[in-house]
Amino acid sequence: MSAATPRFTFGQAAVALAIGAFLVTFLVVPVLMVIYIAFTNPDGSLTLAHFQGFFQLSLMRESFYNSLYVAVMTVLLSTLIAVPLAYLTARFEFRGAVLIQTLGVLPLVMPAFVGASAMQLLFGRSGTVNLILQDAFGFTLPIMQGLNGVIFVETLHYFPFILLNVTVALANIDTAMEESAQNLGSSGFRLFRRIVFPLALPGYIAGASLVFIKVFDDLGTPLVLNVTNMLAPQAYLRVTSIGIEDPIGYVICVILVAFSVSAMAGSMWFLRGRDFATVNRGGVASLRRRLSPWQSVLAYGWIIAVLLLILSPHLGILLLSFSKVWSYSLLPEAWTLEHYPAVIENSSRMIWNTLLYCGLAALFCVIIGTAIAYLVQRTRVPGRHLLDAMVTAALAMPGVVLGIGYLRTFKNVEIPFTETALTSSWVIFVLAYTIRRLPYALRSCMAALSQVHISLEESAQNLGASRRRTIQRIVVPLMIGGIAAGFVTSFITAAVEISETILLTSRESLAPMSYGIYLYMQSISGRGPGAALAVITVLIVAVGTYISNHLIRTRAAHQTAAHIKAGAK
Amino acid sequence: MRMRHLAIALSLAGLLAAPAARAQQQVVIVTSFPKEITETYKKAFEAKNPGIRVEILNKPTPAGVAYIREAPANNKPDVFWVSAPDAFEVLAREKLLAKISNPNKDAPSKIGNYPVNDPQGYYLGQALAGYGLMWNTRYMKANKLPDPKEWADLTKPVYFGHVAMSSPSRSGTTHLTVETILQGEGWDKGWADLLRISGNCAAITERSFGVPDGVNNGQFGIGLVIDFFGLAGKASGFPVEFVYPSVTAIVPANIGMVAGAKNAENAQKFINYTLSVEGQELLFDPKISRLPVLPAVYKKAPAGFPNPFSGTIKPKVNFDSDLSEARYYVVSAIFDHTITFRHKELVAATKAIDTAAAKLAGKKNPQAEALLKEARDLAFTPIVGEARSKDKEFLALWRETKRDAAKAKQITALEEYWGTQARKNYAKAVELANQAAALAK
Repeated sequence: MSAATPRFTFGQAAVALAIGAFLVTFLVVPVLMVIYIAFTNPDGSLTLAHFQGFFQLSLMRESFYNSLYVAVMTVLLSTLIAVPLAYLTARFEFRGAVLIQTLGVLPLVMPAFVGASAMQLLFGRSGTVNLILQDAFGFTLPIMQGLNGVIFVETLHYFPFILLNVTVALANIDTAMEESAQNLGSSGFRLFRRIVFPLALPGYIAGASLVFIKVFDDLGTPLVLNVTNMLAPQAYLRVTSIGIEDPIGYVICVILVAFSVSAMAGSMWFLRGRDFATVNRGGVASLRRRLSPWQSVLAYGWIIAVLLLILSPHLGILLLSFSKVWSYSLLPEAWTLEHYPAVIENSSRMIWNTLLYCGLAALFCVIIGTAIAYLVQRTRVPGRHLLDAMVTAALAMPGVVLGIGYLRTFKNVEIPFTETALTSSWVIFVLAYTIRRLPYALRSCMAALSQVHISLEESAQNLGASRRRTIQRIVVPLMIGGIAAGFVTSFITAAVEISETILLTSRESLAPMSYGIYLYMQSISGRGPGAALAVITVLIVAVGTYISNHLIRTRAAHQTAAHIKAGAK
Repeated sequence: MRMRHLAIALSLAGLLAAPAARAQQQVVIVTSFPKEITETYKKAFEAKNPGIRVEILNKPTPAGVAYIREAPANNKPDVFWVSAPDAFEVLAREKLLAKISNPNKDAPSKIGNYPVNDPQGYYLGQALAGYGLMWNTRYMKANKLPDPKEWADLTKPVYFGHVAMSSPSRSGTTHLTVETILQGEGWDKGWADLLRISGNCAAITERSFGVPDGVNNGQFGIGLVIDFFGLAGKASGFPVEFVYPSVTAIVPANIGMVAGAKNAENAQKFINYTLSVEGQELLFDPKISRLPVLPAVYKKAPAGFPNPFSGTIKPKVNFDSDLSEARYYVVSAIFDHTITFRHKELVAATKAIDTAAAKLAGKKNPQAEALLKEARDLAFTPIVGEARSKDKEFLALWRETKRDAAKAKQITALEEYWGTQARKNYAKAVELANQAAALAK
């Protein structure tokens, strides 16, 4: 860049300010509001009484320990499933790699609470598995009961976060490290424990902290499994049945935020100041080791077992969506096709709502994400890193907290020019989804922009293009793969979200599909249609995921092309 | 490029404007009823009244009460439609209901001793509901369990781990069931039975619907449910049965208009429709299976449908809604802090007592018997005695607004005391029962 460039332009500052104002209004203020109420009396004076009240209730202490226990156990179990799978694909000659890639995505396309109700039918007290066990051996396994059930369901839903992160991390390790270790005589588990895993630690920590946060904050799964002695359900129950004024609900919110933020900050702190860098990147194919025959058996056995487990909620939902009656039997005994037309007739509105809210939210996400990425990487506008930090912090904001914060902050706010209150309009969904998906979109946009070589922009400007035209014609088109990936990630994660959706739904006609499924699942003849709606959601999300994978691949191709072009200059 | 941007902006603006342009007449209904009921009424009413859109807001009863209380004055919903009459009492006391005119001249004024419509005119009976037991026939057969007839049957050890119920703080209908038992058996005996039944429960579910759902799919053997859940489950083809025990009350499920309703006129129209002959006949839909309030409508009832006006159900309890309303929050709080949140410990105590009792059966061991009796007393005596439950000052504590720090602290301390005391009692009961069992050798 030439030295004569001013620090920043007026336009850049205006964009930064607008984004800042948006983030402050819809992220910072609602969360601060929640924190403020937890620490004050009705007259506004500061107090710690609500916190004392919280810790005096042994129920709350128990909920706190339960939430912590479930989150930690889920991380441990997810690690057990994910790390061997990642290691297998990255380091061994192995034909199951495609299978494992599928494994990585499948659980994420179904909301955890939907999976929970399907898994009741398969693993519950009188589920398929236990009926077989009871018949054959005379005992049953309490897999789906109480905290066990929550841990089981959450593990199967969230382990891909660890799998994906560790796989990427392994791929980026310099294989010379392992070769040296092997030359020095290390092998097997020792090689993994002393060399490979420590080097892959950044990826593992990133994935594990994400799993911890997600599980700690999850509302839908415990509710569906009738587990109420956990923090998120307690916050929801207090605020919905006692009222939005109940201070304990806010105290719970503050604790949820504190833990999520410290989990994230902790993982960042842990990774800071340690050197994980290796000289070369990338695994060389020749290093892939062969599995001995019995190792192969073990590996394939493990993968097939995990695959079966992971597929079980999908299978359960599919069966349920075609079943008329499924009661105390291995499989449904009467089948029907009528749930699908019924759902499409009655709930097309919800499908449309999901497309509208999540589409708009994803659009805002990538617009804001691209703008922040540009501000951070290409300008010197003061406060640009603050924007980045605020968005990243949103990752640790539980849906329940944001939902309660919105209800409280915008209680009496009306949308300009209409008589609708903001909290009872559909706009609130778009806002909430945008804020909570922004971190995903921002990461994609940041990555995309960092791979666009700055010389391309400089060339355009040397040839006389204005800054704005450069962004329009050069930067955005080159980033488009990353932007699209960010859009799709935001879209699919918003489509399966339930925590804030339950809290913010003020009219059934405004509800998105995730709420529709929840509602259907609460009625006698609704399990079939609910399952059908879930299958439709999964299909929409799966198509979205496929597109996003496709775009990421073509983006990679694009960028190589861009780099070659840049190099040719 | 510019043109394309403009087109995108315009279509976005169109999207944003669309819902506003569609603004039309509507009526907003807060209800705890399942989708089968709301969807059926929505469709029928909209067909009859073109131009009025029915907006359903589905919430569990207590959450619905909280929602109406907290909705801003300019944005109140219009109609409140749930089973539990005591929820209406709570709303009426807080001046959150409007008086409505009664179109239902043919409905009887009383069912048993219970007025079908609110004497003060704040809410009207829209259907009748009884409470009973529902069970999964396959589950019962597989586990070799006898069919229950009465609440008291569920206190028997044979049903240990096979029962399910919800919590009164989460479900208005469960609150009614609990009150019915308390009023039918008396406070102390009622709580003893409830504690014993809860000790037999496999789960205390988060929503009342969790019970019939679990019974339908065979997770639970027997559930305590409102009648239409059982009847509708049976009508939908599930292998379930339903009975009204003799300690039951027939109570109206009600409908009322919210004070300050934005669409008061449409609200009255909707209420009138649900009470018309046509609206009443909709209740016979197998997916709904509720009891109409108009006796004349029963001529069209499907075969085998219970009729509270012909004596097919014989309720023994005359439900006292004033009493129920007076202790509404207290009953919920006691239930939650000694049962729902301490369920694991209660189940452990029940199991230990059952085991000891089985070992002692047929043996004469006065010392062990005494220990066992002490264990039973510890586990199955309510934390709040009958005298205290009538104490006005004690009850008043729960009626005040929640955010007064001093009051909140008092309640919190009390709830904490109940919780820890219950846990201690259950642990002690396990200990005593184990001692008794050891003596039986």
